[in-house]
Amino acid sequence: MSILHALSILLCLAGGVFFLGGTLGLLRFPDTYSRLHALTKADNLGLGFVVLGLMARTENISELIILVLIWFLALVGSSSACYLIANHIRNEALHKGETDDLGL
Amino acid sequence: MSTFYLGMAVFLLLNILIGLYRVYAGPRPRDRMVAAQLFGTTGVATLLLLARALDAVYIKNAALVFVLLMVMAVLAFVRNMPVSIDRDPDK
Repeated sequence: MSILHALSILLCLAGGVFFLGGTLGLLRFPDTYSRLHALTKADNLGLGFVVLGLMARTENISELIILVLIWFLALVGSSSACYLIANHIRNEALHKGETDDLGL
Repeated sequence: MSTFYLGMAVFLLLNILIGLYRVYAGPRPRDRMVAAQLFGTTGVATLLLLARALDAVYIKNAALVFVLLMVMAVLAFVRNMPVSIDRDPDK
């Protein structure tokens, strides 16, 4: 049981906590904006911790690069998806005149 | 050691299962779409953990494709409902 094993377990467990937080937020938060917030922040942090935990156990440099690339793509993709959905909701609300969905 | 990673993967799968309640409850299509985004991120983490636990590097490539397709799903959803003010001919 080397220090890298312990570090990997610790980081993966931290990631699991953040994933649990994201799921609870998705279930418990009242509107779509806050659910988006829970998913795009907490889940990406969880993925980041899991990736860090797996990087601690990776010997091969190319696997390491793939892991970092996956996390980077997840960050870019999920923030764009968050913007797209939020913008869509706002435009829909403006279109229908529903002021309660504008977040004002 | 690989048992721990398998256990984490199962835990993340349980997260996805619980998140399915939001797909069922809705109430609007966009809430279901947000839940689908959870499946994207959590699914990628599950695949990465499985790749480590089973010592199968090719699963990481599957995770790479997953993370790319996640944005495409949202893009298709947003484009499919054209209510954008900018493209409204009345304004």
